[in-house]
Amino acid sequence: MKKMIDKYLFSIITIVLFLVFVCYSYLSDFKSGIYITKHNFVPLFLEMLAFLPLMFLLIGLFDVWVPKEKVMKYIGKDAGIKGLVLIFLLATLQAGPLYAAFPVAHLLWKKGAGIRNIFIYLGFFSSLKIPMLTFEIGFLGLKFSILRTLLSIPVFVLIAIIMEKFLITKGYEINEG
Amino acid sequence: MIILIIITVISLLLSFIFDRNKTMSGIKKGILLFLKVLPTLLSVIIIISLVLFLTPDDLLMNYLGYKAGISAYIFAAFIGSISLMPGFIAYPLAGILVKNGVSYPVIAVFITTLMMVGVLTIPLERKYFGLKVTLVRNALNFIGALIVGGWIGVFWSLL
Repeated sequence: MKKMIDKYLFSIITIVLFLVFVCYSYLSDFKSGIYITKHNFVPLFLEMLAFLPLMFLLIGLFDVWVPKEKVMKYIGKDAGIKGLVLIFLLATLQAGPLYAAFPVAHLLWKKGAGIRNIFIYLGFFSSLKIPMLTFEIGFLGLKFSILRTLLSIPVFVLIAIIMEKFLITKGYEINEG
Repeated sequence: MIILIIITVISLLLSFIFDRNKTMSGIKKGILLFLKVLPTLLSVIIIISLVLFLTPDDLLMNYLGYKAGISAYIFAAFIGSISLMPGFIAYPLAGILVKNGVSYPVIAVFITTLMMVGVLTIPLERKYFGLKVTLVRNALNFIGALIVGGWIGVFWSLL
């Protein structure tokens, strides 16, 4: 229990302080405080509640069903172009903010996916999600969306290759998470 | 969002049909993982809410508009890196910025850093990848976003 509290001390203090702040704002009609709560905190919180529980359910199922050997075979270090296609599908069919992809990437990593593929996954996830692209086309136009997508892919692949080189020379080992 | 719900429901059903016990332990695992990151997530969201409030919209225009020149790219990259907002807020905001005279390449830098670089989520990211990897990944993506923006600037006038 004490270990738990230590681990989450910063978070707990932040949450408690914010709760006090919200209560104070509403009780004393502090306009800025109410604004922050209504227009900034609540939409972010709702997004989190909408996406994350579903994503974590999928992660849990993925974890029990997909054995490490399979992942290694399909998106491991030597998986090649087929692995890339799989990563692409895995990344673009999902939705949600990048921080929701960290646990998925970490899980893939633990299951033996190649380092390069992990960072390609993060890149694709962040900016090629199909649900998000529909938003992008709606507000910024098809030309912008196509250009940004096509130019992003090589940059993300390059970043992933650099990360791989960097991590291999450092003899990196994954966190237990 | 709807796709995610459909995929989750179908996966749950299929999983349940094939193996009940496996499904239950999968669900348990998912919930446990979620609860483990929940406190960190909540505090990150609280900090983001406060930062968003402290950076008003018209202040953004002064630094991102045509008059700002090259520095608009750098500024867009910094803003994108330190802010974190859901897509359904970011894209409408980007649309407003374009209408007010921010160029598309600058918007591209903003969008790419917004999605790829997360200074505020570093505490969360390092839990998974460690601090060093997290910092390198964010730095590389910061540079990458500027490259993407630069290329869009080159191609935009050609097309």
